[in-house]
Amino acid sequence: MTDATHIPMSACPACAAAPSAERLAGLAAERDARLVLSLPGAHCAACMIAVEGALQAIPGVRSARVNLTMRRVSVDARADVTAAGLIAVLAGVGYEAHELDPGLLSVTETDRQGAELLMRLGVAGFSMMNIMLLSVAVWSGAEDATRDLFHWISAAIALPTVVFAGQPFFKSAWASLRVWRLGMDVPISLALILASGISLFETWAGGEHAYFDAAVMLCFFLLAGRYLDHRTRAIARSAAQELAALEVPRATVLVDGAEVVRAISKVSVGDLVRVRPGGRMPVDGVVTDGASEVDRSLLTGESLPVYAGPGSVVAAGEVNLTGPLTLRVTAAGRDSSLHRIADLVAIAESAKTRYTSLAERAASWYSPLVHLLSFGAFGYWMWATGGDLRFAINISAAVLIITCPCALGLAVPAVVTAASGRLFRKGLLIKHGTALERLAEVDTVVFDKTGTLTLGAPDPTNLGEHPAEVVMVAVALAQASSHPLAVALVAATPGVAATPGAAATCAAAEVTDLHEVPGYGIEGVWQGTRVRLGRAVWCGADEVGVTATYLALPDGRTYAFTFADSLRPGAETAVAGLRAQGLTVKLISGDAVGPVAALAGRLGIDDWVAEALPADKAAAVALLSAQGHRVLMVGDGLNDTAALAGAHVSISPASALDAARVASDIVLLGKDMAALPDALRIARQASRRMVENFGISAAYNVIAVPLALMGFATPLAAALAMSLSSITVSLNALRLR
Amino acid sequence: MDILSILIPASLFLGAIGLVAFIWTMKSRQYDDPQGDANRILTKEWDDHPKPPDPPPS
Repeated sequence: MTDATHIPMSACPACAAAPSAERLAGLAAERDARLVLSLPGAHCAACMIAVEGALQAIPGVRSARVNLTMRRVSVDARADVTAAGLIAVLAGVGYEAHELDPGLLSVTETDRQGAELLMRLGVAGFSMMNIMLLSVAVWSGAEDATRDLFHWISAAIALPTVVFAGQPFFKSAWASLRVWRLGMDVPISLALILASGISLFETWAGGEHAYFDAAVMLCFFLLAGRYLDHRTRAIARSAAQELAALEVPRATVLVDGAEVVRAISKVSVGDLVRVRPGGRMPVDGVVTDGASEVDRSLLTGESLPVYAGPGSVVAAGEVNLTGPLTLRVTAAGRDSSLHRIADLVAIAESAKTRYTSLAERAASWYSPLVHLLSFGAFGYWMWATGGDLRFAINISAAVLIITCPCALGLAVPAVVTAASGRLFRKGLLIKHGTALERLAEVDTVVFDKTGTLTLGAPDPTNLGEHPAEVVMVAVALAQASSHPLAVALVAATPGVAATPGAAATCAAAEVTDLHEVPGYGIEGVWQGTRVRLGRAVWCGADEVGVTATYLALPDGRTYAFTFADSLRPGAETAVAGLRAQGLTVKLISGDAVGPVAALAGRLGIDDWVAEALPADKAAAVALLSAQGHRVLMVGDGLNDTAALAGAHVSISPASALDAARVASDIVLLGKDMAALPDALRIARQASRRMVENFGISAAYNVIAVPLALMGFATPLAAALAMSLSSITVSLNALRLR
Repeated sequence: MDILSILIPASLFLGAIGLVAFIWTMKSRQYDDPQGDANRILTKEWDDHPKPPDPPPS
């Protein structure tokens, strides 16, 4: 069931995410002992025990409870327990976890609405059962006083139920009538009111037919559809909020030499902000002090770190790698690039709402048709019976009940719930109501490189080409640094020191007096002379075209250690699977030609573009769309945001920047990408099931409506048609595999 | 047909019990984590008494 009232709620995750910044600012002040972590990898009883056990073993943790449905764990702990510590412990037992903002996850309007809908659904269900039992007696031939008694009891149960359980329909119908529109809820409300009214009148007059059971059943089935719909949306929305809460916008400001942690909104131009190595720039600014390297991959797609020293301009979102930096803020709050991101997202969102879903298209012609049929029947029978108002209203109520979109109201929510449940288990979160339908129409897939097909973590590629001794020296130097390239170099040679044969070389590679020169590299003393590992210029080496670090030995020899981005797990499977489905796969990256060509070759993508600016990406997607292709954009960076927004449907990994995640319709929760082809298959199947379900409900109507129009529809027929069609569409939805 | 005067109140009463039970399950937040509860029953850790639920978020 889709109607005008719920669309705006889901149409703008940005609106839902926007207050989070202010909320977080408030939260930063108070110490909260309750931590909530997102846990995308948990899926079974064993996971629950492992996670809860591991967390409870931490000193200071009072209790930990996993919610498997929402894939999160809430931890009650002393104030000195930090989320980062918990995440590290969970990583130790093999679970990926992200910090969430508990303030956002408290009882919200959404939860209250869900509980309310469930309550109405339950009340309608119990009333339906009781009235059904009474109705069975009437259908099997109860007469006179007995029948009237049963009708009266039914009325006593049904009327309060309709008043209570039908409220969502009445409210939404009133809202759409006030703006002169016929939503789906108008015929529903009319049917409920008319059926209850005419039945009450019939009961009072001792008549034969009462539709109390039909009215309550209608309520029940439609509420079931509405509740499913609400749940899918609520899960998607809360997850979108959770993800929005992942990045905590705080900055360390230097006030009279002391460090003060402040919310971004309280930082003003001219302030001095300190960014530690490994931290993300919270503001736009100019470096005043310190030297380091910054990783711009999320913003531009470059995989090569860039030098930053006094005078360098840095933008919010870049990651500081080696040395602490002090920035003079040039733009903060509304003027910073963070706000430009918000603008991009707003544009993205307004573009997304143009798509009309299958259900909306069905409703737009179905609703007027129902009214026309009902009033037509009323007019005809008034004329044919010579003004028998009671009979004519009876017929028109029967028509409304029979045509009422029970199956239609269940058809879409049931399929969407089944499909998004399946995708959620595969690690894909559907954020947008129509994303599934749009995903089903895709014929071209455009990938970003850095952070999407690759993890943005480097892997050394030419260790074998260097003499063992040289590698030893490099590793010995690298051990002293936390620079990503150095870390990767050490990680790639874990067994070196341990192997007995290498003991001699190891001894040779004993480097002393290590110290890091932020922004340049590491220096040390080896065999009495100075050796350096770091940037090409600093080591006196010639630059090679790819990501590399350089080793300078005392005799002037230099060696280049080249790196390639490590592939995201499942990327090869995903690309191969998409191509097997006959989709066109493209790679558009902001990175240099070398790494892009290498990756495209590795994955077998023939169609690739390197050094693309953000605008180029968006233009490429727009061009493809103009050629009639339906584009699926998969990207993670700020440079992808415009393309993500412009594409027919978009996916971003959970590690992506906020803006990219908000602009995309689907979020990949885990690291693995292999589920992508399967997601497309499920989406196509879901779309097919929706159309089938519309077909089934249409078929029921084609048979039942003429009967109702001719006046043959009894309450029994109405009850049968309604329950049969509802059950058929629900079962059809569950066939989704 | 006199039996109806007993059966109908009896059936309505039973229906009411069901409804009250449903409202109780709603109020005691038993629909918060259906998947987790289904799996928790398989573990041996809380065999003696159920694990206390999350404190209601404030």
